[in-house]
Amino acid sequence: METTFNISVFTENSIGILNRITIIFTRRHLNIESITASECEIKGVYRYTIVLNTTLDQVKKVVSQIEKQVEVLKAFYHTDEQVVYQEIALYKIRTDAFTNGTTEKIIRDHHARILSVDKDFMIIEKTGQPEELTHLFDELNVFGVLEFVRSGRVAISKPMKTLEAYLEELAENHR
Amino acid sequence: MNIRGAEAVMRCLTEEGVTTIFGYPGGAIMPVYDALYDFKEQINHILVRHEQGAIHAAQGFARTSGKVGVCLATSGPGATNLITGLADAMIDSTPVVCITGQVASHLLGTDAFQETDVIGISMPVTKYNIQVTRAEDIAPAMAKAFYIAATGRPGPVLVDITKDAQFGMVDFTYEKCHSIRSYIAKPKLDHKGIEAAVDLLSTAQKPYLLVGQGVILSEAQDALVKFAEKSGIPVALTLLGLGAFPADHPLYVGYLGMHGNYAPNILTNECDVIVAVGMRFDDRVTGDVSRYAKQAKVIHIDIDPAELNKIVKADVAINADAREALEELTKSIPERKYAQWLQQFRDLEQIELNEVVNDVINPPDNELKMAEVVDLLSKKTDGQAIVVTDVGQHQMIASRYYKYKGYRNNITSGGLGTMGFALPAAIGAKLGNPEKTVVAIIGDGGFQMTIQELGTILQAEIDVKILILNNNFLGMVRQWQQLFFDRRYSFTEIVNPNFTAIAKAYSVDASKIEQRLELDEALDQMLNSKGAYLLEVVVQREENVFPMVATGASVSEIRLN
Repeated sequence: METTFNISVFTENSIGILNRITIIFTRRHLNIESITASECEIKGVYRYTIVLNTTLDQVKKVVSQIEKQVEVLKAFYHTDEQVVYQEIALYKIRTDAFTNGTTEKIIRDHHARILSVDKDFMIIEKTGQPEELTHLFDELNVFGVLEFVRSGRVAISKPMKTLEAYLEELAENHR
Repeated sequence: MNIRGAEAVMRCLTEEGVTTIFGYPGGAIMPVYDALYDFKEQINHILVRHEQGAIHAAQGFARTSGKVGVCLATSGPGATNLITGLADAMIDSTPVVCITGQVASHLLGTDAFQETDVIGISMPVTKYNIQVTRAEDIAPAMAKAFYIAATGRPGPVLVDITKDAQFGMVDFTYEKCHSIRSYIAKPKLDHKGIEAAVDLLSTAQKPYLLVGQGVILSEAQDALVKFAEKSGIPVALTLLGLGAFPADHPLYVGYLGMHGNYAPNILTNECDVIVAVGMRFDDRVTGDVSRYAKQAKVIHIDIDPAELNKIVKADVAINADAREALEELTKSIPERKYAQWLQQFRDLEQIELNEVVNDVINPPDNELKMAEVVDLLSKKTDGQAIVVTDVGQHQMIASRYYKYKGYRNNITSGGLGTMGFALPAAIGAKLGNPEKTVVAIIGDGGFQMTIQELGTILQAEIDVKILILNNNFLGMVRQWQQLFFDRRYSFTEIVNPNFTAIAKAYSVDASKIEQRLELDEALDQMLNSKGAYLLEVVVQREENVFPMVATGASVSEIRLN
C-alpha cells in the first residue's frame, strides 16, 4: 500500500550529490512529490527533505541506496505521523483587493502575514500544512491571486536522536 | 616540488603503486599524456584501439591482480566510450579508476569542442565521480578515488580533470586516503548476527551455502573452504563466484542460475537454511523470486548493506566483509556432516550427467559442440588457466564446463552482460597476472564488437589465447527465439569474416578447425604457442544450452531439454 514518506538525507556539501540522490528515484520510476535542501544544524552538512508516495518496502530500499552514496552521511524515512512538517506559501494580490475588508478578515483568520505592500500589489505569507495553504489560496482567489508559490515540505522527526549521535557512530566505525 | 597538474596525476599513480594503465590520447588529456612521456619507465601504458577496450582491459587487470585498474581517456567521445565499461564495473563490483580529460574550466557548459557532461553521464554508473578544476585538487581527488574504488564493495570511480587543471602548477604532496566520514569501508562485524546465524545452523538439516564474488573480492577463499569443511555445508557458486571454491572439492555441488547445474537449482527449493555469502540474488540466480527458497531461512552476508533484504528477505542479515564473517562463523560452528543431503545433490547430478553432460562432452554426432571444446580445454589446463569469457552461449558453456580451480581465474561480464568484454578484458587479465595462461573464450558475435583490440595485442605483444566458438549465429538470442519466439530467427544469423585471416593481418598466429579429430592438437597448438594465438572452432550451428530456467520459471522447474 502506498503512503507518504518523509525522507531526510544528510550529505556533505559537494557538487553533484543532489543529482546522485535524484537518480535513485528516476531509475525506479518514482516521482518526488517535493524536495528541499539547505544547511542543517551542523556546519557543512546539508539536509534534504524529500516527500515520496510509495510502499514501505520501496522506501526502505530507496533509503539504503541513498545511504550507499559515498557523500551521504545518513538517511532516514518517516511517515507523516512521525514528523512535524510545514510548508510556506507566498500569495500576491492586488492592493485594491485588500481594501474591501473581507480580505483583511481572511488574512487574520488564517494567521497569515503581510510581508510587503506596494502601490499596486501586496505579498502575503502563510506557513502551515498543505491543506491550510490551499485553503487560504481558495479564499483569496475569490478576489484574484496574481501569483502563488509554495515551498516544498520541511520536516523534523519526532524521535530525539540527534544527527551528531549518528555522526559519532559513523566515526566509531572508522576504527 | 612545484609541478604541473598533469605531472601530479602521474605522481599520484606511482604513489598508489600503479604500474600498468590503459588508455587512448586526445585533445583534453594531452597534458597528462605529455607528462606520461617522462614516466614511461615507471608506468606501462597500453595503447588500446577504443576507450571501451581501455576500461574492459582495466577491469580484467583488476579482476586478476586484485589491484585497482586504471584507464585514461580524453573528453567528449573518449569519456562517453567508457560508459559501458563503467556500468559493467559498477554492477560487477570491479575496482577501476578512470581519468578523463575535460575542456578548460572557463569553457564548461559552453558546448566547447569535445565537451560532454561526463560527470552527469557517468553518475549512475560510478560508485563515485568528481570533477577537478584546479591543479591543487588533483592529489586529494586521486587519493579519494583509489580509496573508494578499492574498499567496501569495490566499484568504478571517474576523475574528470579540466585542461587548465592539468596545465596549472601545484606544490605536490600526496597523502593516501584512509577514511571518509560519510563512507563505511568495512562495517563492524555484528556479533549478534553471527550468533543468530550459528543458532539457525545448529538445527539445520539441509543447510546450503550460496557463494558469490564477494568471497573472491575479500580474499576469503581459504576461509570459505575452512567454513565449508567444518560445517559440512554443500557449496554452490554464482557465475561471478566461480573460482571462489575449488570445482573438485567434495562439498562443491555446482553452479547456480539460469544455465547452471541441475542439482543446485532444484535443491534451492528444498534446503532449510541458506547461507548466502557475497552474492546478491540476481534474477538470473533466483528465477521467479516469489517461488524462490520460500521454505528456507536465509542468512545473508554482504559488505553492501543495500543488498541485504533487497531481493530476498533475510532472516539473519549480516553486513560484513565476507572473510571476517566466515572466519567468525567457523569459530563458533560445530563440526557436522550432511551425507544424505549431499547425496541428494549427487543423485540429481547423475541425472544431469546422463541427460545433458555426457551428450555434449562426448557427442554422438559429427559436429563439434561447444561443451566438448571447453571440457578438453579444462582438462588440458587442469582448471588453472585464467578463462575470460564474453557473453552468450559460449559464456554459459564455459561457466558450466570449465572446472575452475585457480585463484581469480574466472573473468566474465556477469551483471551487465556486455558483449565485446572478453577480448580487451583478456588483455588486462594477462597483464594483471602475467604468469598464467589466459584464454579468452568468445563467440563469433561478441568477438566482432571489440575486434579492434587485436591491434593492442599486436602492439603491446600480449600473450592471450583467443578461442572463438563460431556457430555463425548470435546463439543465445537464437536459442530464445527457438524456444520462446516460435523459431522466428530475427536477425540472429550472422555472416562472418575470415577470422584467421584477420588475426594474421594483426600478426596473431591463427588456425581454424571444423572436425573433432583436429580438436586435441589444435588446443595444444594454441596453448603451446609463443605469444598470442587465435583458434577458431566451428561448432554446431543450432546447439542449445541446457539445463535452463526459463524466464518466469522457478529454479526447481529447471529444464533438462
